[in-house]
Amino acid sequence: MSRPTVAIHKFSSCDGCQLAFLNMGEGLIELAARVEIIHFAEAGMVDPDTTVDIAFIEGSVTTAEDELRIQQIRAHSGLLITIGACATSGGIQALRNLQEEDWCSSLYATPDTIASLATSRAITEYVDVDLELWGCPVRSEQLLAVLSDLLHGVMPGKLSGVMQEPLCQSCKRNQQVCTLVSLGKPCLGPVTRGGCGAICPRLGRDCYGCSGPLKKPNSESIERCFEGLGLLPEEISRRFKMIHSIHYQGEQ
Amino acid sequence: MGATSGVQFLPFKELELLFQQFIQAGYSIHAPQVVDGAILYSETESIDMLPRGVVDHQQPGHYRLTETGGSRYFSWSSALQGVKAALFPPSEVLWSAEQQAGGELDFTQVLAPQQAVALFGVRACDLAAIKLMDRHFLRSGAEDPWYQQRRANLLLITVSCSSASGSCFCASTATGPESESGFDLRLDELDTGFLIRSGSEQGEILQAQLGLKEAKPEQLAKADEQLHTVATQQQRAIATNDFRCHFTGQEESPVWQQIADRCLGCGNCTAVCPTCFCHREEEVPSLDLQGSLHQRVWDSCFSGEHSQLHGVPVRTGRRERYRQWMMHKLAGWHDQFGESGCVGCGRCITWCPTGVDLLEESARFVRDQLRDQS
Repeated sequence: MSRPTVAIHKFSSCDGCQLAFLNMGEGLIELAARVEIIHFAEAGMVDPDTTVDIAFIEGSVTTAEDELRIQQIRAHSGLLITIGACATSGGIQALRNLQEEDWCSSLYATPDTIASLATSRAITEYVDVDLELWGCPVRSEQLLAVLSDLLHGVMPGKLSGVMQEPLCQSCKRNQQVCTLVSLGKPCLGPVTRGGCGAICPRLGRDCYGCSGPLKKPNSESIERCFEGLGLLPEEISRRFKMIHSIHYQGEQ
Repeated sequence: MGATSGVQFLPFKELELLFQQFIQAGYSIHAPQVVDGAILYSETESIDMLPRGVVDHQQPGHYRLTETGGSRYFSWSSALQGVKAALFPPSEVLWSAEQQAGGELDFTQVLAPQQAVALFGVRACDLAAIKLMDRHFLRSGAEDPWYQQRRANLLLITVSCSSASGSCFCASTATGPESESGFDLRLDELDTGFLIRSGSEQGEILQAQLGLKEAKPEQLAKADEQLHTVATQQQRAIATNDFRCHFTGQEESPVWQQIADRCLGCGNCTAVCPTCFCHREEEVPSLDLQGSLHQRVWDSCFSGEHSQLHGVPVRTGRRERYRQWMMHKLAGWHDQFGESGCVGCGRCITWCPTGVDLLEESARFVRDQLRDQS
């Protein structure tokens, strides 16, 4: 059996999700024996135009070039998998989508030299996406689980965080104490996807939702809960918007 | 069981001796400790880690500990989790599959020998939960070998409750506050020590080795009085212990949607419930494509995929999922196991982030029924 070919593409992002590949350690060596990595600029392999079986996309679409490039990638990729907050929802840079004034001229001395779209958008708004891996950044374990499933010829399952499960389930399985109930912190865990390993609650920090909202989060109820903890409406709104600017809102 | 040591008195200064007995008998000790602002059972070798002088304050969606400086080790009511994780771990490998040179698959059951565990400081509600878990996992002819092995290796040292939190209602479910059976050793705490009695042969051996004096009549009377006080202290009660007739025909009651408006669907209630045993099974394939580990993981009926049959979720939203959970726990269990699945610990109420109150919500069905009949 020939090895499946893989490309890892970058759009607007911090590169942190690509690091999840490099941080695999021994797993990366094992992986390199099972798949053929064609394009992965961060690791030194540059060949973005060859047709591949699996394409991983990091980052959001923020320029006219990006719009064009994602179409080309889609056309010569088998499975297209988005990784991380930027690719799945637009990321932190999508906060600009919520600005009404001209954010560019308020930030840059020579805004004319900035060639950028007015918005930062998720990959799925431009092309068909086969699989989304949420996280900021995604973890090596998620990538390995997905690749391992694909190599076995099955669609990726729960281990990779592809399926829907609230973060609270991870906390309870880890025997972690609830930061919301026992510390009164505004934890977004009940309405956020698991898959991150509950890193923040493990350190006594309240989840700020970087793995993205569940499909149908009960936003109204957790807003009332946060109000009860003393948060102002403005603070609650900022908490929801920080990483995935719009996705907690307008749902039931 | 031979001649018993009866009820004896274990002064606080001799408690360390009891821990030494456990260690000498080959047990690792799991005991309550304060971890990140809550009480959890975890491994220890010393009584110094016990939550002495600590009181818990529990209300719907609210849990806090305070230090009182008191001398008692058990002035709190219930830990974040009961005994569930010690018998039914959150994640465990059941078997592995390995591809052989000829291409055929070789399956191996993974059942590693377990060290014997002395679980110290188990409350009455959690003992009741173990009995219910036994019915499920040790059902005759369908015994679960992983549970069975852990259960056989478990020494249970219970402590009757001497205080009730704002979420406790075990008096109304007849599962506490007194630890009546199902233990190896039972302690009842007084201001200067514990009354100790055994409930099994192993407990009897351990108790006899302590060389303690018989408890005085006034100490026995004090412990009785304490149990009576803590039962009357409970402010909460379940409306009935069998909801079957109250839930009949209530599948479309507006109450379920009213609950769903507050429910986050996070499944914390199921994760902390000492009798919720639902799990999923999943594969952890190895990257070399030669093998796979098959593990079972705690799951919740509030998860999107839990009710998925042939790719379609049978219970589509929080309304259907909360209904399923409460109807199963308070009614379905009677048909399945002969009694209610609720042991009155109140954890589902305390650890619900939005304070959805099982007692309040279930009572609405009883009240409605009474109103309809009048």
